[in-house]
Amino acid sequence: MRDFIAKRPVWSAIIALVLAVLLWLVLAPWTEAMEEAFGRKRVFLNAIFSGITLGALYFLVAAGFTLIFGLMRNVNLAHGSLYLLGGYLGFEVVERTGYWLLAFPVVFIVIAALGLLLQHQVFRRMEGEELRQTMVTIGLSIVLADIMLWIWGGQSYTILLPDWLSGPMTLPIHSGYDRSGDVAYLRYPLVRIAILVAAIVIGVAMWFTLNKSRLGMLIRAGVDDREMLTATGIRIQYVFLAVFGFGAGMAGIAGIVGGSFQSLSPGEDTRFLLASLVVVIVGGMGSIPGAAIGALVIGLADQVGLVYAPTYSVVFTFLIMAVVLAFRPQGLLGR
Amino acid sequence: MTDTPPPGARNATPPAGAARPSGQEGGAPGSEQKLWIERIPAGWWALAIVLLFMPAVANNFWLFQVFGWTFILGMIALSLMFLAGYGGMVSLIQMSVAAMGGYMVAILGPSGVETISLGLPWWLNIPLAILIAAVFATLVGALAVRTEGIYTIMITLAIASAFFYFTRQNYGIFNGYTGFNLVVPPMLFGVDWRQPVAFYYLSLGLAVLCYAAVVYVSRTPFGLALQGVRDNPRRMAALGFNVTAHRIAAYTFAGAIAAIGGILLVWQNSQIAPGTAGLPAVFDILVIAVVGGLRRPSGAFIGALIYVLLRTFSPDVLTAFELSNERFKLLIGLGFLVVVFFSPDGMLGLYDRWKANRGRRDPLTGKERE
Repeated sequence: MRDFIAKRPVWSAIIALVLAVLLWLVLAPWTEAMEEAFGRKRVFLNAIFSGITLGALYFLVAAGFTLIFGLMRNVNLAHGSLYLLGGYLGFEVVERTGYWLLAFPVVFIVIAALGLLLQHQVFRRMEGEELRQTMVTIGLSIVLADIMLWIWGGQSYTILLPDWLSGPMTLPIHSGYDRSGDVAYLRYPLVRIAILVAAIVIGVAMWFTLNKSRLGMLIRAGVDDREMLTATGIRIQYVFLAVFGFGAGMAGIAGIVGGSFQSLSPGEDTRFLLASLVVVIVGGMGSIPGAAIGALVIGLADQVGLVYAPTYSVVFTFLIMAVVLAFRPQGLLGR
Repeated sequence: MTDTPPPGARNATPPAGAARPSGQEGGAPGSEQKLWIERIPAGWWALAIVLLFMPAVANNFWLFQVFGWTFILGMIALSLMFLAGYGGMVSLIQMSVAAMGGYMVAILGPSGVETISLGLPWWLNIPLAILIAAVFATLVGALAVRTEGIYTIMITLAIASAFFYFTRQNYGIFNGYTGFNLVVPPMLFGVDWRQPVAFYYLSLGLAVLCYAAVVYVSRTPFGLALQGVRDNPRRMAALGFNVTAHRIAAYTFAGAIAAIGGILLVWQNSQIAPGTAGLPAVFDILVIAVVGGLRRPSGAFIGALIYVLLRTFSPDVLTAFELSNERFKLLIGLGFLVVVFFSPDGMLGLYDRWKANRGRRDPLTGKERE
């Protein structure tokens, strides 16, 4: 961070300014003129908050993707299928037992086991053949998508939320004035706040694991130079297995989250695969903070675009990616 | 016209087993000076005769659905083969470029959606459609060549899905979810080109043209330089070649071929919608090109034939096993997995290995082969 400010003072100033303006827009009450120019503040706040929540979901999906890529140079194009499969499994668990929280460990374990199987049986056999691995994952995603369509059909599912998570909560953020002229505060679905908090907690935990633990050290060393790490006597296959299992499990968990506050249907797998791709391209391959920033940017662009230019919200996402590629092909935080 | 190979072509040919197209198809090396027509092996003549006289034996369903579709998908896969085999760039954008060509024909020419279609005459709208699609491919290429290997796959995949979502949401130009219907080929020379026999010859002719163009370009200085760039970009840059320009130009050329395939595809279905370039279709093109083999241009058509046969007849096979006939994707996906697992260079690779095996075994019987 300090390095960045020292190296690029102008860019730091611009980023700080944009952030300050955004924060001011969110916190300060809007004047009549502003409401006239930009529409109502509540709409803006809702767009910003859904953008951040969507970003949190994208981060959950993309974090595993970027970690797997960073360590193994393996683009797992079946990642979206793991997401959707996790969502469906979570739906089944919640349907059968009624406990929403129970779905998380169950799905994590099942999908992580599937990930371990994939890594051990498929990717290990074609190590170093990136193109072939990518094609295998494409084949897998085709097969998985069709099997899921077979089992769960074409309709869309929503995972039922527990009572303590449903309903709105009031945030101490000024959203406008109600009819009697009193200050109204923003009301926002509790579950989305919970998702946001959970994503932040998971992100911070991942950051700590990566930067402060022995396993994290091994992973970072593996990202930098795999051969050298192997030469020091580390059984890198175990590290690979751990990372792949974790990344797959995260995708599964994200499926439950996505199924709870959006819905699950065929096609969601490619949607989230695309989201992870764009997030990772924007943020930089193999970087967890990059994935967080990329997810936030893409989520915000998606939702703000949806509110203010409904037809072209996809194009915003794409434009951001194109601009990043044009000026920083390795991604915002990539090396 | 001598039979000496173009500089660098044969010397740069990697040993058997490496997944590299040699750029030499059909020409028998080491033979005496012959006319070009004499150098075409007998197998190709037989294939040409079979294809030319196909309408005499095959019914309309085979001509229009099976072979027409094979040639179309083959052309689109051929454009991918050109990029991947000669340029070393696996691009997933080819289906979107093809759809762009198809959309442009529908938008510029006549279609059932009269509020949008401009209704330009065929001699204007077809070249324009190919041009616009090629420009689109060039722009995508300009972005994609900044990256290498799997990054190219990821970026072209992202752009392809952006194209899909954009066409689905844009109603002003692309007519959103519904797309365009009643897009038919022009009545040229008094022939209805959507009739099975006419369409068969049209798609066959264009497929042969595209095939010949790819083979020709692969032997031009540009194609050879492109293969050099594939093998060693830094050396080519040091030799003074503009690596980026060669790669982008490859995207443009491949884009034009894909656009021709896309236009034919629209004419065959007589309609186009966002789903034409949805992710399943995008992956299908990769599946076709890989299953056929990325080494030589013919692989694209072999892959397309296998895909179309599977797609057309798998419902019958599945019903025979008492499975729902919607499971053909499972079959195709599994087939693709098997091919990638056991023969990464596709059917052509299998054929080459089979031939090499035969060549190795024969000396035991005392017969000279090579």
